[in-house]
Amino acid sequence: MMETNVTSASASPLAEAVLGESGQNVNLCYQCGKCAAGCPVSYAMDYKPVQLIHAIRLGMDDLVLNSKTMWLCASCETCTTRCPQEVDVAKVMDAVKITALRKGIKPAIPQVASFYKAALSNIKICGRMYELGMIMGLKMRTFEFFKDAAMGMKMFRKGKLKMIPSLTGAMRTRRIFRRVKNIEDKNHSTA
Amino acid sequence: MAAKYAYYPGCSLHSTGSEYDVSFRAVCDKLGVGIEEIKGWVCCGTSPAHCTSKLLSLALPYENICLAAKMGVNDLVAPCAACFARLKTAQYEAAEDPKVADQISEALEKPLPESVNILSPLEIFCNGQDISKAVTEELSGLKVVCYYGCLLTRPSKVMQFDECEYPMAMDEILRSVGITTLDWSYKTECCGGALAMTRTDVVLKLTRDILDEAKAVGANAIAVGCPLCHVNLDTRQEEVEAEYGTNYGLPVFYFTQLMALAFGVPADKLGLQKHFISADGLLSAVSPA
Ligand code: SF4
Ligand code: SF4
Repeated sequence: MMETNVTSASASPLAEAVLGESGQNVNLCYQCGKCAAGCPVSYAMDYKPVQLIHAIRLGMDDLVLNSKTMWLCASCETCTTRCPQEVDVAKVMDAVKITALRKGIKPAIPQVASFYKAALSNIKICGRMYELGMIMGLKMRTFEFFKDAAMGMKMFRKGKLKMIPSLTGAMRTRRIFRRVKNIEDKNHSTA
Repeated sequence: MAAKYAYYPGCSLHSTGSEYDVSFRAVCDKLGVGIEEIKGWVCCGTSPAHCTSKLLSLALPYENICLAAKMGVNDLVAPCAACFARLKTAQYEAAEDPKVADQISEALEKPLPESVNILSPLEIFCNGQDISKAVTEELSGLKVVCYYGCLLTRPSKVMQFDECEYPMAMDEILRSVGITTLDWSYKTECCGGALAMTRTDVVLKLTRDILDEAKAVGANAIAVGCPLCHVNLDTRQEEVEAEYGTNYGLPVFYFTQLMALAFGVPADKLGLQKHFISADGLLSAVSPA
């Protein structure tokens, strides 16, 4: 006998991964398009949020994981707040990014992933964000050495950027980062 | 007297948004609101954390909630809208799912504290004493649009802050100190803060839309409660003008700077000179002296 209950049988592995990562069930989506209508960045995305959600349901893993959409998501939470089915679309975006990174897929917008890495290693090492250090770290990763250079200089002259990192709490953030990684590795190997 | 509020400034208020820190302290001082900075606070992780690790994005804020609880206070105040959202989210997720709470506690090697209220200064100034009594300066020539941005109100089930599509808290505060605030439809539109370092093109477009609308309703200044919004609207304003051939010249204030001005704190004590768009002309035009 063929499985006839399409809704419960159509759970794609990616939909399962998203569910595991974020607790969000994309099968609740009824394609009203409200998430895309209110998304401030949808004009720049290759697939609108409503389309990405649908592609996850259809098991189009390659399309989803190689899309620009989640990397352009600004985490503004408009979609999440407005979805009539209470799908937390912003969380789905995070879950797709995390899944793509875990699978070693090259992000369609590499600067965004580089920014996350530069920012996190900065927080881990300094305890608090040290903007100058983070900007240098980002430039080493993206090679965009002249991007925003003039603005950076002006911020510096206005005293908006600190010269020296504070390092308060740095011992603790390092430890928290390490323990989080261990817990996540453990969860993942048992999942 | 012991402080009533544990104060979490977050990274921005110690650097790019130091004017928010200075003006928030000045307002608390004028109103007799007792705040004490949390010693040893760490970064909340902001969007790079929640985009890459759920557990990390909850553990970092909780470290600070634990530190606040150790100070023996019930209330934590976080002026930065982004930090405020991360702290509230961590508390919400832990309350929703005991397994999540256990993992946070395991990562931090300590039990999670029970009840710490996480507050925005907007809530403190809105719900407390009558702030109009502290007003000494007349600022009625200012016509301000209040820009709340994304994170103060969304997602509404987590933030439980005001009306999520059309908040009024900041408008009410500024109106009670004698400043005119205007209705407009971009209160909670996104400025693209999370893409500020990477996709400037997107940020310039979203910021242009907001500035256009502010100008269209006749505002002569914008008030904000988020250091990331401030960077986009103020620091990048000239870049937007150059990119789109527009002309705004709209000073962008932290709402606490406007309160402090109304309470008679001198402008040079409020970090106004750090803004890219000078407010000098506007302020001398509106003050009667
Ligand atoms: S708003 Fe919700 S239900 Fe509507 S299309 Fe988006 S995810 Fe689906
Ligand atoms: S959270 Fe992301 S996907 Fe949702 S509306 Fe905002 S930018 Fe668009």
